[in-house]
Amino acid sequence: MVTYQVRDVSPDMSFLEMLDLLNEDLTVKGEEPVAFDHDCREGICGMCGVVINGTAHGRGDSPVPTTTCQLHMRSFEDGATIDVEPWRAGPFPVIKDLAVDRSAFDRIIQAGGFISANTGAAPDAHAAPVGKLKADRAFDAATCIGCGACVAACPNSSAMLFTAAKITHLAMLPQGQPERFLRVKSMLAQHDEEGFGGCTNIGECAEVCPKQIPFDTISQLNRDLISSLFKKDGK
Amino acid sequence: MAVTGLILIAFLLVHMFGNLKMFIGPEAFNHYAEWLKGESEDGGILYPLVPKGWFIWIFRVVLLAAVVLHMYSAATLWKRALAANPSTYAAKRKLAQTYSARTMRWGGIILAGLLIFHLAQFTVHAALVAGPYGGSPYAMVIGEFGIWWMVIVYAIWMLAVCMHIRHGFWSAFATLGANTSATARAVLNGCAWAVALLLYIGFMIMPVAVLFGWIH
Amino acid sequence: MTTTTEKPAPTKAAKPLPGADFFTVGADIKDTKAPSGPIEQKWSKRKFEAKLVNPANRRKLTVIIVGTGLAGGAAAASLGEAGYNVLNFCYQDSPRRAHSIAAQGGINAAKNYRNDNDSTHRLFYDTVKGGDYRARETNVYRLAEVSANIIDQCVAQGVPFAREYGGLLDNRSFGGVQVQRTFYARGQTGQQLLIGAYQALERQVAAGTVKMHTRHEMLELIVADGRARGIVTRDMVTGQIQSWFADAVVLATGGYGNVFFLSTNAMGCNVTADWRAHRKGAYFGNPCYTQIHPTCIPVHGETQSKLTLMSESLRNDGRIWVPKRAEDCDKDPRQIAEADRDYYLERIYPAFGNLVPRDIASRQAKNMCDEGRGVGPAVKEIGEDGQERQVRRGVYLDFADAISRLGKDGVAARYGNLFDMYAQITGEDPYETPMRIYPAVHYTMGGLWVDYDLSSNVPGLYVTGEANFSDHGANRLGASALMQGLADGYFVLPNTINDYLAGAPFDKLDDTHPAAVEALASVKDRIDKLLAVNGTRTVDSFHKELGHIMWEYCGMERTEAGLIKAIGLIRKLREEFWRDVKVTGVNEDFNQTLERAGRVVDFMELGELMCVDALHRRESCGGHFRAESQTEDGEALRHDDEFLYVAAWEYTGTAQAPVLHKEPLEYNFIELKQRSYK
Repeated sequence: MVTYQVRDVSPDMSFLEMLDLLNEDLTVKGEEPVAFDHDCREGICGMCGVVINGTAHGRGDSPVPTTTCQLHMRSFEDGATIDVEPWRAGPFPVIKDLAVDRSAFDRIIQAGGFISANTGAAPDAHAAPVGKLKADRAFDAATCIGCGACVAACPNSSAMLFTAAKITHLAMLPQGQPERFLRVKSMLAQHDEEGFGGCTNIGECAEVCPKQIPFDTISQLNRDLISSLFKKDGK
Repeated sequence: MAVTGLILIAFLLVHMFGNLKMFIGPEAFNHYAEWLKGESEDGGILYPLVPKGWFIWIFRVVLLAAVVLHMYSAATLWKRALAANPSTYAAKRKLAQTYSARTMRWGGIILAGLLIFHLAQFTVHAALVAGPYGGSPYAMVIGEFGIWWMVIVYAIWMLAVCMHIRHGFWSAFATLGANTSATARAVLNGCAWAVALLLYIGFMIMPVAVLFGWIH
Repeated sequence: MTTTTEKPAPTKAAKPLPGADFFTVGADIKDTKAPSGPIEQKWSKRKFEAKLVNPANRRKLTVIIVGTGLAGGAAAASLGEAGYNVLNFCYQDSPRRAHSIAAQGGINAAKNYRNDNDSTHRLFYDTVKGGDYRARETNVYRLAEVSANIIDQCVAQGVPFAREYGGLLDNRSFGGVQVQRTFYARGQTGQQLLIGAYQALERQVAAGTVKMHTRHEMLELIVADGRARGIVTRDMVTGQIQSWFADAVVLATGGYGNVFFLSTNAMGCNVTADWRAHRKGAYFGNPCYTQIHPTCIPVHGETQSKLTLMSESLRNDGRIWVPKRAEDCDKDPRQIAEADRDYYLERIYPAFGNLVPRDIASRQAKNMCDEGRGVGPAVKEIGEDGQERQVRRGVYLDFADAISRLGKDGVAARYGNLFDMYAQITGEDPYETPMRIYPAVHYTMGGLWVDYDLSSNVPGLYVTGEANFSDHGANRLGASALMQGLADGYFVLPNTINDYLAGAPFDKLDDTHPAAVEALASVKDRIDKLLAVNGTRTVDSFHKELGHIMWEYCGMERTEAGLIKAIGLIRKLREEFWRDVKVTGVNEDFNQTLERAGRVVDFMELGELMCVDALHRRESCGGHFRAESQTEDGEALRHDDEFLYVAAWEYTGTAQAPVLHKEPLEYNFIELKQRSYK
């Protein structure tokens, strides 16, 4: 752990702009800047994410979780010392400083987090209506940005919320049904193979999720997993 | 984890109910003990479906299997969590986890240790502190819980057990897919508290009554 | 190979164009791929006439795709499904993070689900008109034609579009058109569409048809024997410089709004891939066409790193004003009396008021701030005189009237999520104090020149999505960016690139080919040079200065004098950069400073070309407003007699006059009209 002092921090700055300021300062002094991942800086790409004062993405006293880029310095007291750490989980090896490798998430999606619909093979969009409640539930789960905060916060380093979000999104839609039970098995197998821990229903994941993916998506995954044991196409 | 846990919770509820027979009197309690073991005149529980005395052993085997599987699953989860968590945070703020959720693992080990003592004491009769009691389970219970520190040991143990159940009950249902909404989550957590409290009170009321001499 | 132009010797134009010292004029070019015949049949005809690649031969052909946004991800997935061997690259840590994800509003499609007179032709017409008659008719018609397929495709992939209680898709009206044709997914349409494409892409990665290379930045194009045959990348984790070869290269690398430093683009968005291709011969089309969005959250200070857009719908109920007197600007707005407020849009444009078109709303906000009547924190700027000054860059967007009319709940129902977003970023409660807004760059209509097949003038180099110049003309309509990205990626490119690939496979290349040797060496040289300067100024300080120059002189309002000045300033800045930049660390590491430095180098060169393009186009059209060309009431004035063409620029060397190739625009199916919102 290294301690840096950052001066002239304005309350309107975002947390990442504070890091920019630090890095400008370090560069002028000829030191190497602190590496951290970031891109859209509007809370949607999922690229940024560090643990701030023990909370994934950090959020001061706000009851609403957010992404690191949407956290502003007004959430901290003037002169405060802030603890900044990378996501810590075996399947997310640190690349440098605060940047980690989250490619395990891509591989979980590769294992089945899709609907096999080749380009051009689609029926008319109105061919299969979707009830509003199911459509809304699918949407709630689909808002996952894959930032990895759920893993970072989980005492088991489990990626169950991430996996369950995709399972729930696709399980709620008629287009997702043909592969539904195969999907849950293969995605979960990949999840385990990547070395993520198991879920013990502690709930830290949903608490830090900047998109507030519902905790109950994990139960949806479990239900589908149990059902898959009794389905032929779940083999 | 979930299935074995729920089997064990079901057992505890039955066990607790049986214990309460202490309040009815020595004959009822001793008869209940004999009935379980197939030593009563009517041949005991499930006789003649199974031969006399078999039920208790079937029951014990099932319980033992549940305990072993429960511990095996727990160990696997723990091992995976350790492997997935090679380094720890310098600062970690807890937002959602309850004390009982956090203490499932070490708590589980501690209560398993005390379980061995409990079995040695009341089942095998090898670790009786005050005995012998000449084959009367009723006298044995009165004798052992007449010791004040024994009641405290059990009070602490039951606290560990019930905390384990507080998280375990809700968690088992969540694993089985019952956590379907925020409402369902509130209901399950409410039930978990209710079951944990019921077991605590149900189990502790009898030893306390013995200690204070309300039953003797 | 059909190329679009015979290479002429650059000659001075007969009739000198504005700023003619800065460029020369070459031969006209034209798109040779769109077939003749009625516009409704062109796409079918082209698909039929295009040469095909036998499915069994496809796996022997390799296609490089750079970028994984809607245009790149969709193309990679579709070509992978077709059976080609695809190499896909992105600079982010996952293809799911491309900046298409940030689009909020929606996606247009001519489905006519609302039974409100919509049709392919109407979407075509609206897009050409919205683009201020500077887009190619054939491309736009095809875009409108395939738009309906996009919605079908996305629904089949599980994109959770907004639905009604009956279970069918919901539509809304968007971007000032009179039909309801916009499909949306709450305020996250871009995210949901991108995740759909990403999932299709990951499916192909699992199937082995697509090889994904994340955290790889393309730094050079390899053109061998006249064909685009590969790229050079830098592995952003290890620093490894590596070449990749293929039978065709597709650039889907997005827009270049970050040339302004502050924009609504992601921090990593850059022009490097496009620019490197431009340097290797690909023409850059209409670089000066940028779109500026009026309702963004203003800059809070010098450390601001990016801007955030809020939906334009806010102007339906909010009233825009600044104080009448500059000395009131630091007062609490609630303390400023009604009589001391200047509702300037309502004053200047009584008929339209706060709903004037985007460009006018943006320009007037700038004028008010230039007069010293802006509000919010003062930000350091370098003025035209080269002096530093403090300027407040913001105007009020006041909902007090709306709240008294609709009630707080009524306003919250319409704009609740936007108010929350504003409160989170600024720490101010917009229900209590007026919002502050300011315009920001958010889309670039310009890009590499492509023909109907989306092929650049370099054989084998295809360009899709925001990275190419096509389809939007001088101005993009709302909810059309997502449509174009997916149209190119899913439906256009997979049906045109085969025409080129039918001539493949080409000779096998390796690192010993002179073109590869040259490309690898130039990348290494550039990196070594950047690391060797070891000056005193940070990369960001140069980027910010470039952004200031571009915003000041090549932003919302452009003048001949300003643009000429800007070109001089950029050249000076570039010279200073190579003398005084400080890039820390080494190449063989995760070195984010080095990444940014390379991008800024290319932005500085692009910035100059944008100014040259803006200088030569002495007319106002769409997002390009030349102060010298406006109507009496301050609206943009086109000069169709002189400028009815696409400006495609040929590179001749750093700081050397580029060659202008004009592609004349023909309007055979839509009548040319002067834009009017009266």
